Amino acid sequence: MEPDVARPMFDTDELVINMGPQHPATHGVLRVVLKLDGEKVVDADVVIGYLHRGVEKLSENRDWTQIVLLTDRLDYVASAAANLAYVETVEKLLSLEVPRRAKYIRTILAELQRLASHLVWLGSHAMDIGAVTVFLYCLRERELILDLFEEFCGARLTYNSMRIGGLPQDLPPGWDKKVLQFCDIQMEKLVEYETLLTHNRIWLGRTKNIGVISAADAIAVGLCGPPLRGSGVARDVRKDEPYAAYAEMEFDVPVGANGDTYDRYLVRLEEMRQSVRIIRQAIGGLPEGPVMGKVPRLIKPPAGETYHANESPKGEIGYFIASDGKSTSPYRMRVRPPSFCNLQALPQLVRGHLVADVIALIGTIDIVLGEVDR
Amino acid sequence: MADPEHTDPPGDTGAAVPTPAAAPKPPGKPAAAAAAPKVPPPPPGPPDPAPPADLPVPDFIQALQEALPGAVTQVAYWVGDWTVIVAAPRLLEVAQYLRDTPGAAFDYCSDVTAVDWPTRAGERFDVVYCLYSTSRRARVRMKTRLGDTDAVRSVSGVWAAANWLEREAFDMFGIRFEGHPDLRRILMPEEWQGHPQRKDYPLEGPGELMLESPQQWLKLRQSFNEAEIE
Repeated sequence: MEPDVARPMFDTDELVINMGPQHPATHGVLRVVLKLDGEKVVDADVVIGYLHRGVEKLSENRDWTQIVLLTDRLDYVASAAANLAYVETVEKLLSLEVPRRAKYIRTILAELQRLASHLVWLGSHAMDIGAVTVFLYCLRERELILDLFEEFCGARLTYNSMRIGGLPQDLPPGWDKKVLQFCDIQMEKLVEYETLLTHNRIWLGRTKNIGVISAADAIAVGLCGPPLRGSGVARDVRKDEPYAAYAEMEFDVPVGANGDTYDRYLVRLEEMRQSVRIIRQAIGGLPEGPVMGKVPRLIKPPAGETYHANESPKGEIGYFIASDGKSTSPYRMRVRPPSFCNLQALPQLVRGHLVADVIALIGTIDIVLGEVDR
Repeated sequence: MADPEHTDPPGDTGAAVPTPAAAPKPPGKPAAAAAAPKVPPPPPGPPDPAPPADLPVPDFIQALQEALPGAVTQVAYWVGDWTVIVAAPRLLEVAQYLRDTPGAAFDYCSDVTAVDWPTRAGERFDVVYCLYSTSRRARVRMKTRLGDTDAVRSVSGVWAAANWLEREAFDMFGIRFEGHPDLRRILMPEEWQGHPQRKDYPLEGPGELMLESPQQWLKLRQSFNEAEIE
């Protein structure tokens, strides 16, 4: 009998499965509804909102100063970055001048935070793909950063480390030396991670040519931060719209060539080197002076709206704040979360890849669900 | 209903947060009415000040006004940010112009969001688009005003990035984006009633029912409590 061409031997119905929301590799409570053709992903629908706490609504009912600690809870592996973006936005609305020393210390904190966040990313991304050792190495160094933050502001995760107009306190004595010691350790250890991964055949097989996105597509879909730079777009808020003390720092913006998972890995590793470079410069040039500007006792920005963006470890974090000029809380506070905007590209990235690659791709865009869902 | 978040005294804001232990209290009106004189009512809209006379308007805004006469109703400037306020029916035209014209080249849509000004007559919502140009490294904000039941054209065809951002604005404010490929709720559950970021949305309670009939809501809540004890 002739084989029936129209009806192949095996059933090829598309299979719809749920990945998450309680899957260890989804980095929290992300749910992805995958439409599969065998092992291949035909389409994906991302379902979010499981961690929605209404931070934006809550902010409309809090004092301007109280919101700093709500921003801690957005991207909880990089609280200082969210703090910094928020206080800078309010300072912009108030037209406040921040002392130079505070700007330098903010830069140091933001870069330490970038290192800590990238370490968590590298560790968990590598562990998702199967390299458990890297995870242990990365958390070992991150512990040192958390110790530094603990010494500075007393907390290890949700720092509340910035104030509108400056910083809550000056650096503890001897802190800068410890930071420099840490920088030396970090530079050494970066080589260790690279020995484990960069030329590892399994790592190359799992990341090369996985989730390729062109520069034009990346811009259109609104990717930001390392995923955008991995596609070869030299867009970095620190360079393009300098804030804190970045205008006085010398650093390079690494970009990838192919826009695949491997390039995004290389970009982040190089960023960590650049972060160490920035920290060393900032400590070397740390000016003397106060750490708190002249801030009115009651913060009431004049009526108006503004948008201000920073480069958080995940990408462009922006705040759109509207003040009505009368009440002691913002009329509207909107967070532009980088993880949310990057996650939007996931369906585009996973199409045509295998189920196992979905894990690698969730890892490579580096999301924190606290920030996606707010 | 008056907006409780703006008529509560500032020191009392902690009590407005829902806590499981808090006793059920009748929502909104009585407390709000008592506290009303302390805080002035919210303004009917943002000031959107015109740029100072000695500050030149950027070239692309001038070109935009010439190329699409009547589309830009106002140009505003505040703490270094330029905003063009666009008539809602012509939003898509302006969006396309801003993306495709070499002098503007706003190819990156940073953010789409909305602001609720319930006391502004006829035009309750501001829909705000934060745009960025990766080649010129410049920013501009595009803003349009909408009534309670108006719809606005979706810009997700111009900037794919606006897809989820518009979904969020729909979810939180109930703004309908015409021509959006997939206008579903994104953060709130699919079956949720009401739009939480509107100013008249209460901070506590199961949403719409409490808005419409507080007594019924109280009863429902008490019946839940009793069921838990047994």
